[in-house]
Amino acid sequence: MRKVYSKIESIAGNVITVSAEGVKYDELAEVTSAHGKSFAQVIKLSDDKVSLQVFAGGRGVSTNDEVRFLGHSMQISVSDNLLGRIFTGSGVPRDNGPGLYENMIEIGGPSVNPAKRIIPKNMVRTGIPMIDVFNSLVESQKLPIFSSSGEPYNELLARIAMQAEVDMIILGGMGLKYDDYLFFKDTLEEGGALSRTIFFVHTASDPIVECLLVPDVALAVAEQFALKGKKILVLLTDMTNFADALKEIAITMEQVPSNRGYPGDLYSQLASRYEKAVDFEGAGSITLLAVTTMPGDDVTHPVPDNTGYITEGQFYLKGGRIEPFGSLSRLKQQVNKDTREDHRSLMDGMIKLYAAYKETIEKKSMGFRMSAWDTKLLKYGEVFEKELMDLSVNIPLEKALDKGWEILAMCFSPEETGMRSELLNQFWPK
Amino acid sequence: MADIKGSGKVVGVNGNMVTIEFQGEVLQNEVGYVQITTPEGKNSLKAEVIRIKGNRADLQVFEMTRGIGIGDKVELTENMLAVTLGPGLLGQVYDGLQNPLPQLAEQEGFFLKRGIYLNPLPDKKWDFTPTAKVGDTVVRGDSLGSVPEGMYSHQIMLPFNMYDTYKVKWIAEKGAYTVDEKIAEVEDSKGKVFPLTMKFQWPVKRGIDAYTERLKPVDPMVTRLRLIDTFFPVAKGGTFCTPGPFGAGKTVLQQITSRNAEVDIVIIAACGERAGEVVETLKEFPELIDPRTGRSLMERTIIICNTSSMPVAAREASVYTAVTLAEYYRQMGMDILLLADSTSRWAQAMREMSGRLEEIPGEEAFPAYLESVIASFYERAGIVKLKNGKKGSVTIGGTVSPAGGNFEEPVTQATLKVVGAFHGLSRERSDARKYPAIDPLASWSKYKTSLDIAKVEYARKVLFKGNDVAQMMKVVGEEGTSTEDYITFLKSDFLDAVYMQQNSFDQIDNSVLVIRQIHIFEIIFKILGAIFNFQTKEEARQYFNQLRQLFLDYNGTGWETPEFKAKEKELVDMLSAKQIGLEENAAALLGTSK
Repeated sequence: MRKVYSKIESIAGNVITVSAEGVKYDELAEVTSAHGKSFAQVIKLSDDKVSLQVFAGGRGVSTNDEVRFLGHSMQISVSDNLLGRIFTGSGVPRDNGPGLYENMIEIGGPSVNPAKRIIPKNMVRTGIPMIDVFNSLVESQKLPIFSSSGEPYNELLARIAMQAEVDMIILGGMGLKYDDYLFFKDTLEEGGALSRTIFFVHTASDPIVECLLVPDVALAVAEQFALKGKKILVLLTDMTNFADALKEIAITMEQVPSNRGYPGDLYSQLASRYEKAVDFEGAGSITLLAVTTMPGDDVTHPVPDNTGYITEGQFYLKGGRIEPFGSLSRLKQQVNKDTREDHRSLMDGMIKLYAAYKETIEKKSMGFRMSAWDTKLLKYGEVFEKELMDLSVNIPLEKALDKGWEILAMCFSPEETGMRSELLNQFWPK
Repeated sequence: MADIKGSGKVVGVNGNMVTIEFQGEVLQNEVGYVQITTPEGKNSLKAEVIRIKGNRADLQVFEMTRGIGIGDKVELTENMLAVTLGPGLLGQVYDGLQNPLPQLAEQEGFFLKRGIYLNPLPDKKWDFTPTAKVGDTVVRGDSLGSVPEGMYSHQIMLPFNMYDTYKVKWIAEKGAYTVDEKIAEVEDSKGKVFPLTMKFQWPVKRGIDAYTERLKPVDPMVTRLRLIDTFFPVAKGGTFCTPGPFGAGKTVLQQITSRNAEVDIVIIAACGERAGEVVETLKEFPELIDPRTGRSLMERTIIICNTSSMPVAAREASVYTAVTLAEYYRQMGMDILLLADSTSRWAQAMREMSGRLEEIPGEEAFPAYLESVIASFYERAGIVKLKNGKKGSVTIGGTVSPAGGNFEEPVTQATLKVVGAFHGLSRERSDARKYPAIDPLASWSKYKTSLDIAKVEYARKVLFKGNDVAQMMKVVGEEGTSTEDYITFLKSDFLDAVYMQQNSFDQIDNSVLVIRQIHIFEIIFKILGAIFNFQTKEEARQYFNQLRQLFLDYNGTGWETPEFKAKEKELVDMLSAKQIGLEENAAALLGTSK
């Protein structure tokens, strides 16, 4: 029987301090207050003083409340029973279902030995042409979706969750608006994808500490399923909220801030989560897509900036579309050579023409006269945006490639596309 | 592990820092092991003393600190953090503490289990040939014999931490020995006898200094990138840095340099970066053949890998581990290139520790000693004269990942103060798919180029002038630009396109020998210095377009092959067809009259 302590010596923000013995760093405790029970995690030991971060927050905790140490770190139950369920960041059900306590595993485990990693080789098909054709997503890749606040990034994530060819989806929501949470739940339910999805959701009104736990819990669960051979797609939204939670807690802990108030270890904190993306040789894989909203649409803001240094490319969501310029999948070369022989050339060719279209738009806005070529480009740009770039388009890669040729044929003559003749002979619609 | 001397008990844990109360003696930077008991069993975690106050000391732990409790025992070793030196280092993949990762993977599987420290050197027999004889007098760094290690003769030296003068009492016969077997006995001036094996320890934070003198770096360290070798060269024993925003191609540039650099050994310190990138090197290097030696590239490579999700304190140690290994091979008269990617992550590791120690922060919360630490790290590069008259060198190249791509931040600025060459990468150039994305307008080097410096300067001037014209053209348009200025712009664009950029996918163009650089630069120079007879800008543009196309084809032909010569003739003919003279300065440099 573990000892119960009932004298809390200080409460500052979400951090409480008790005098206790035999406590280990990172250990979990249970704090019982008038508002119910909450977990708390040891974040500092100094002589007999133990500082704990209370998951439910420090509000309403009284100096006489009970603290009971549990003798282990934060754990989560991992089994197939998780599928279709919704939990908070600390693993408590928020869907009125039963709590799960079998096969508990610790979260935030060690990182994968680099010598055991393999060069990624499988594509994850999403049915979204702007991803599949132009910036293919690769198994074990970690990619952020850089987006300004008003963009439909959650709609995009929901689409990917429904359409991606993976075994399981784990969705981690951080600081989600309640309606966004309901949107995800309803969309996946209607789309029939709920049964292969696990949710860990922290909404904006939930205690801030739980926000920090969401990626760890989601990735720890993903890791267990991946080791069993499952192909997992982890979707996180929004990592900027996660970083802001880090900032808030670092500052209440009186840590010296480094850049715009963020703690000095922001890079390491983000990296230790993103680096969980992995392809286990002989088992499954974790692919990670994470929304990072850019405050002020500024990519040099510390959160997107540090993220860009960690991830393998990025998707820019702009004007409700995945922007072809600036978006980059650093791993696409590993997979787009083996899909269809016209994939790479069509990708390059269409983007070059689209870049020319953008120039024409600029010329047009400055009042220049449009040449015959300009008119063709204007038509092309419009069709391209409608038929391929629109987020609602859901077609497999091969269909998307065919569609690409159709669009080209609709707007240009073969020699105007700058494509190699063999490809034109083979693929140009007759 | 050495004898356990001092010991202590944990009295505080904060992140990866533990505070202990100790008995006996404690050394600054001493290594200790925290003994913990977890549900999985007993474990001891490596840590380093970083501050001592009264009877308490702060240690940074090189592992996750989960499960450490008040009262846990800490054993101190009386030794500073050290690496093991000896044959068998080449081709290895280590973590920041010299733990061999492939062997760890074999033993422990997918994950990096903490508290496991394996032997860094392989357990195999080496063919030892003695060179020292009984009765010889030897001092630190003197060779006792050698073993073949891959394509090199690995010198077995008197350990660098033996500062006396010694007499060889006994030396092993020619034969096969492991690194743990005794190969010699030496006696110091007081008559004490020391048995020696082929390996010994050296503390990573002290430079190896068993050489006679440091020389000035002069000889070029060839990277086979035209932009670097011609315009911003690096000398053997010199230092250079490569700052750039994310996605500008820092890591790619380093990977290619690690393949092509004309040195004996390359040490790659992957410090706090993506694991995926290391994996590419790990899987590809053993397959790639070094054209100079005909052997696998891995045989001349050591990888120190402490990627971003591995513990932060070990990240700080990893760059020191790397440079110590480099200095060790320098003592054998070899040229070593150390590539550190990225020094910003190393600086951030220092920042994290400094924050835990509650030190007064400097700019952007980096510690106040950031500059001096960076300076002393780069100062460990250098070309040295050894006691046997041979020369050896360590060249250090570090990438910097400035926050927001802004070079005005502390790490970039501290680095620029101490390095000899600056290869700044620019987002504009990488977005335009220009490779290498080194910005030729901002970069600089203090080392000597292998080419004619006056001509190189002339070419740079054309580039600057062309850039000015390009800026002006944005305002006044092509129509408002004089034909003369327009030609300068075309020349500078031409220089950039055919010489400064290389095609990384082309087998020939991706690595260019210096002799070829010298040769083709002469042609470039003649084109840059030429006065042309063009009627219209359109004509000039078309001419340069053709010239560029021709030159790119020329770049793709094998050195001194018939195709190479044919293309060269075409180029020269094309030039003389439109040239009507030479600019004055160019003529002076070519030693011909106008």
